[in-house]
Amino acid sequence: MGVTKVKLSFRRKAVNAFMLALTGICTVVAVGLLFFILGYLFFKGGRSLNLNFFTQLPVPVGESGGGMANALLGSAKVLLLATCIGVPIGFLAGIYLAEYSGAAYASVIRFVTDLLNGVPSIVVGIFAYAIIVTRVGFSTLAGGVALSVMMIPIALRSTEEFLRSVPVSLREGAMALGATKSRTIATVVVPAAIRGLISGMMLNLARVAGETAPLLFTAFGNQFWSPGWRQPTATLPTMIYEYAKAPYDDWHRQAWAAGFVLLTLVLLVNVTARSIISGGLSHKPR
Amino acid sequence: MATATLPRATRFSGRASILRRAFSGDSLAQALVFLCATGILALTALLVWELWTRSALSRATFGFDFLRTGTWDPVAGNFGALPFIYGTVVTSAVGLFIAIPFGVGAAIFLAELAPPKLSDAMTFLIELLAAVPSVIFGLLGIFVLVPMLMKIVPGLKDALGVLPIFSGPFYGVSLLSAGVVLSVMVAPYIISVSREVLLAVPRDMREAALAVGATRWETTWDIVVPHARRGIMGSIFLALARALGETMAVTMVVGNTPKIAASLLAPGYSIAAVIANEFAEATSDLHISTLVELGLVLFGITIVLNGAARLLILATGRKAG
Amino acid sequence: MSPDAVAKEIQNAPENESSTTGGAAPKLRSIKLNFFYSAYHALHDINLDVHTTKVTALIGPSGCGKSTFLRTFNRMNETIKGTRVEGEILLDNENILGMEVSQLRRRVGMVFQRPNPFPKSIFDNVAYGPRINGMASRSGMAERVERSLRRAALWEEVKDKLHKSAFDLSGGQQQRLCIARALAVDPEVLLLDEPCSALDPIATAKIEELLFQIKDNCTVVIVTHNMQQAARVADFTGFFLLGKLIEFDSTEVIFKTPKVKATEDYITGRFG
Repeated sequence: MGVTKVKLSFRRKAVNAFMLALTGICTVVAVGLLFFILGYLFFKGGRSLNLNFFTQLPVPVGESGGGMANALLGSAKVLLLATCIGVPIGFLAGIYLAEYSGAAYASVIRFVTDLLNGVPSIVVGIFAYAIIVTRVGFSTLAGGVALSVMMIPIALRSTEEFLRSVPVSLREGAMALGATKSRTIATVVVPAAIRGLISGMMLNLARVAGETAPLLFTAFGNQFWSPGWRQPTATLPTMIYEYAKAPYDDWHRQAWAAGFVLLTLVLLVNVTARSIISGGLSHKPR
Repeated sequence: MATATLPRATRFSGRASILRRAFSGDSLAQALVFLCATGILALTALLVWELWTRSALSRATFGFDFLRTGTWDPVAGNFGALPFIYGTVVTSAVGLFIAIPFGVGAAIFLAELAPPKLSDAMTFLIELLAAVPSVIFGLLGIFVLVPMLMKIVPGLKDALGVLPIFSGPFYGVSLLSAGVVLSVMVAPYIISVSREVLLAVPRDMREAALAVGATRWETTWDIVVPHARRGIMGSIFLALARALGETMAVTMVVGNTPKIAASLLAPGYSIAAVIANEFAEATSDLHISTLVELGLVLFGITIVLNGAARLLILATGRKAG
Repeated sequence: MSPDAVAKEIQNAPENESSTTGGAAPKLRSIKLNFFYSAYHALHDINLDVHTTKVTALIGPSGCGKSTFLRTFNRMNETIKGTRVEGEILLDNENILGMEVSQLRRRVGMVFQRPNPFPKSIFDNVAYGPRINGMASRSGMAERVERSLRRAALWEEVKDKLHKSAFDLSGGQQQRLCIARALAVDPEVLLLDEPCSALDPIATAKIEELLFQIKDNCTVVIVTHNMQQAARVADFTGFFLLGKLIEFDSTEVIFKTPKVKATEDYITGRFG
């Protein structure tokens, strides 16, 4: 009786310790992967980076040198357009949900927005193709529209969430001073939530900045500069894809460099966005 | 004390007041935000409509056989979706098969067993992993994973080559490679959501188990995890939806071959990958229409999965609260 | 005293008619005011006069409707869905229900139970009302802010840190800031809804002190569950019970020689 008791207890302790270790290993592997990815890209990409990358156009196959200046500008333009279209729509719709809407209509909008959010990015690309490329051709415009569709649901959800977190007493205080509802929202509620709103926007931007699939047949690609908004354009993620699958070593090197730049930017924006919310708020209630 | 008669109270005249209110800044603002919200409904409706109408040709030509036919030959005009459905399902299955044990294990560790500060720090890092763009995973897939698998697989074949899933030659790009890349990409979602679901399990349940002498692990495995079961399932559905729609990383390592093979070591294709590769240069209206129909199929599957996922996660939340 | 006995007293209480002591026309007047939260009848036939440049206190046990009644004066109840008002409310003999609500709220200001400063600087908090109502130029604003902070007895404590966050202030200071904010738009009436309930006695005393100064050019209506506070600060007092106005008279009469038994019972603490 005494021996069995000790054995059982030992077995349970052993299982406990073993599972602790096992699940800990799973976690370490997951975290380790991040460091591995960062490290490898740093190593391969950082070495390949030079000034040419940022300032020169791609050169024909076979020649060495050249850069991705056009892709950097192209990405910037596409993202700018996406932000200018997607963020205001999502933001204003979020205000409607948080401040004006009745509960029934609000749940309809939320449901449909979640639907939109779940659309695979390649299908969003098909949609942008259908409404823009068929009329204007492959273009920065088409790419921007595709990414804006992906930005809208996130902009709406995060706006609604952060506006709701502003206490009702602030709204009452402003209205009691004679502010109309829209004035109250613009001058008190939105400023009170501004950190969360900005952070949400940055996370949103970081997410679409890395999207490639919807750009493959909207922005399409371009060896040269893309003037205006109605021409096809190179973008950083699509260039990485093109160059990675090609058989030329020099292009592989450039793909690593581009990957490094993209990842660095995306992670920097991500980390900054998170630190905005968790960092000290200058007007934090006690 | 009688009250004196009061002078007639002034009022805005009815009609003027309505007009004035209609054009006031406040009403305009309300109309604007309403329009944006309703606009999203219209946008989604338009998206579905476009998918539906542009796939009409394909649906009319092939009907349901589209989903059952195994040949894809744009030049000859034969379009069958089965290789892509097969590849999508298989790669996602492999991805989940690897990601679920790792993901749930890590979530358990982070929610139940790790000290809070360590848990928060590691969760932050894992969520950063979710922010890594797909094309970067593809890049690492081509130049790191595939060569690594080329070294490992011969050994694997020696041990398990009897099994049909490990039969045949291995050229690096394959369903297996895509599955492995997918597992790395979806694990953070499983970890993040499962961890939150586990944390939401009420404290008294744990305390009740510990109070009768259960070990930390026993408490976790016997009490907490079953309680969060539905939420964890939900996180798996979410991960699956993500895996199914994943394009770039898959197309860079899957081999892009529209064939159905029993072996994981064979190259394959996925729905998202074929759309990515062929849409820009599709040769005919029918070709484009079939690609759009594939997109519609993918859309439908991911919606159902996302919906189921949300219901499951809600169900756990309701139980706990 | 048993609840049944209380209810009986209320039924037997005479139909209240507002007092005309004070002479001048009332600043605010409610006439047969009935108020509903959806189906719930919260206020029954309230007739009450608020006299100009006097302090009027509304007292009564929890849930008696005094805060609801206060909030009808600046139509703040309209921010809640499903509320309905019947009867008339007059500000200087003009029915407020027909007025433009933003204009009304500039003239009838409110201070809430818990301090609710905006997450802005002290200066910007006070300047907010004048700014949105277009009341002062940039140069005039500083002067207006100082004036308001002085009226709220807060100027000396914050004059060197006007651009610091309002949340750097203590609870009592925040409430005085809210009073300054309300005063900055030169309201004709100031409504205070249990303004000291979240504050310590010293902060409470400071606020009661400044009410004496404010009433010279502003009519004050204050809801309080603290009878002694009403006795200290108010010229007139109204006693509410279960949504009815039981008695309204000068504070001296209410506290020393109340005419209705229910009032006397409340004052002497037989129920609360």
